[in-house]
Amino acid sequence: MDNSNTISRKSKISDKEYKWGFNTNVETDLAPKGLNEDIIRLISSKKNEPSWMLNWRLKSFLHWKEKSVLEGEPTWPKIKYPEIDYQDIYYYAAPVTDDKPKSLDDVDPEMLEAFDKLGVPLQERAKLAGVAVDAVFDSVSVATTYEKQLKELGIIFCSFSEAVKNHPDLIKKYLGSVVPYSDNFFATLNSAVFSDGSFVYVPPGVRCPIELMTYFRINTEGSGQFERTLIIADKDSYVSYLEGCTAPIRKTHQLHAAVVELVALENAEIKYSTLQNWYPGTKEGVGGVYNFVTKRGKCLGKNSKISWTQVETGSAITWKYPSVLLQGDNSIGEFYSVALTNNHQQADTGTKMIHIGKNTKSTIVAKGISAGFGNNTYRGQVRVLPSADNATNFTQCDSLLIGDKCGAHTVPYIEVKNPTARLEHEASTSKVSDDQLFYLMQRGISEEDAHHMIITGWSKDVFKELPFEFAMEAGQLLKVSLEGAVG
Amino acid sequence: MLKINDLHVDISDEEKILKGINLNINSGEIHAIMGPNGSGKSTLANVIAGRDTYNVSDGEIIFQNDDISELLPDERARKGIFMAFQYPAEIPGVRPWQFLKTAVDSKRISEGQKEMSVREFSSFFDQKANEVGINSNLLKRSLNEGFSGGEKKRNEMLQMLVLEPKLCVMDETDSGLDVDALKIVAEAVNGLTSKERSFLIVTHYQRLLDYIKPDFVHVLVNGKIVQSGNYELALEIEKSGYENYL
Repeated sequence: MDNSNTISRKSKISDKEYKWGFNTNVETDLAPKGLNEDIIRLISSKKNEPSWMLNWRLKSFLHWKEKSVLEGEPTWPKIKYPEIDYQDIYYYAAPVTDDKPKSLDDVDPEMLEAFDKLGVPLQERAKLAGVAVDAVFDSVSVATTYEKQLKELGIIFCSFSEAVKNHPDLIKKYLGSVVPYSDNFFATLNSAVFSDGSFVYVPPGVRCPIELMTYFRINTEGSGQFERTLIIADKDSYVSYLEGCTAPIRKTHQLHAAVVELVALENAEIKYSTLQNWYPGTKEGVGGVYNFVTKRGKCLGKNSKISWTQVETGSAITWKYPSVLLQGDNSIGEFYSVALTNNHQQADTGTKMIHIGKNTKSTIVAKGISAGFGNNTYRGQVRVLPSADNATNFTQCDSLLIGDKCGAHTVPYIEVKNPTARLEHEASTSKVSDDQLFYLMQRGISEEDAHHMIITGWSKDVFKELPFEFAMEAGQLLKVSLEGAVG
Repeated sequence: MLKINDLHVDISDEEKILKGINLNINSGEIHAIMGPNGSGKSTLANVIAGRDTYNVSDGEIIFQNDDISELLPDERARKGIFMAFQYPAEIPGVRPWQFLKTAVDSKRISEGQKEMSVREFSSFFDQKANEVGINSNLLKRSLNEGFSGGEKKRNEMLQMLVLEPKLCVMDETDSGLDVDALKIVAEAVNGLTSKERSFLIVTHYQRLLDYIKPDFVHVLVNGKIVQSGNYELALEIEKSGYENYL
């Protein structure tokens, strides 16, 4: 078909660079590279932590050392990467400020500008948008907007370090209660060296009136980011939490190993949404963030609900399985995910729903989009324990392929120990068909827009779970991430 | 409006589908292409719209004095070529409204106009939806997904009314339709006829032509137009079939 009269379908799509790839020149306080007990003591002392916190870190570190000798990193995911030298990473990088900023006026203007470029609705925009923002820049939480207003409702939304200082009882009670320090290689590493993160506590009977949001950004070259998030929704409360992530363009790989723990007490609901857009590396697969994250929620009380929604477009490698332990009777767990891999990106992502209580219900809608040489694996586990009478699960896994060099894999693990359980699993694999493209283009829609329309439509079941503005941004992210992939 | 000169189309060296088509459609004219299965009727419609599964090995397609053979389907569409599909594709998660607004805006932007406001488009859209008698519940569903054959064709007509093209190519729009749906299609076409607009109606049967009177009828057999005439020719085919031409 290379006749001169053949209609060319070469796309005219521009190959734009990663839009979030700027670097900010903020003076940084770096601890030396490498990981040892001294570094952990240093991190802890930089943060003026109480001894119980330091001891927890040290306990985790010892466990990690043992683990790394005995078994090392998990090898079961379908991802490939060169060995990580854990001694060649900065474990603490903080912007230099004399004191913790008390208000936005005290924050380094360059840093605010960086957030501005990211479109983080800090400052007034935050108030207009009704979003409370905590921004974690490298390792330190920069500013939490809206704190005062939330305080009046009794809602605590602050950096993790502050929570350690000001709310030690809550931290002691819940830290590690969902993801124990010994849970897995990366969670253990995080428990030893975590730098900062967000903490949320919603008191009984309170419905958080605004979306809470944390924006994460890695800036310093060669630094790891190990944030830790803990959200507790007390009885009869509700909170919706959003997180966004970006990183500058770096030739070397950056390690991101976060831990997120959610606890929902009786009748409480937590909605957790993520837009993950870490730097994915170049088209040839150089650089990019290794996103090795442990996220888990526990529906501790009766009738509680935890819902994860994620749109994953960034990172060289994504390894994460936001999960729900359905402990309380009648509790509900949900997982809605769109994961996109383009160029040489790899994603091994999915969820775990562990049914413990009676009449527990879980829903999984996982959508994987593969383009370029991208490899996308859904890995999900549904376990029904003997105690979980009348548990139900519905799982839907859909894969969409763009081009003929990418891969999609679905690995569901199903383990049922109670005969009253009802489980449904649906899976599909499709391609953006020529018929669909031609149909849209015949109506005057460009090839790029046609692709975008088909993909966004296909992802709709997940997008509709996102808060409105986040959904718009998610659509935009998909579009940018797929540039150059079609045609 | 449309001038096709010595058009040759194949999908491989062995499979030649159109073998030298000449066709001249002036503004305001309605032409019908009739032919047996496998004669190349649908190929002709698709090639005019710019489908790239076919290889144009020779000849030219002139639309409003421009050779469009090299243009992408969306560029042709924005110039005013519309094709009503025999089998419209299903697009999950995309609502007809959103799809058509994007289509209308694409055309407007290419002509240097602004996007249509949501309010303006909505009332325009509702009015046209009403004209083709499309069930409003249908428009809340995904585009063509789970639509019956008749509903799909109505939806095609709705798009034609909204996009107001210059040349409408109807690819066997009548196939699988009952009389009521056939009338809807005919009304849509008849309502759009004007001195500035032309139609190319591709069909196997004469019955749609009971409702839409073509100015010219061409019989396409084995990749060639073997006879051209007026409406009488369609009636003749209805009576004696295509056997005389095979």
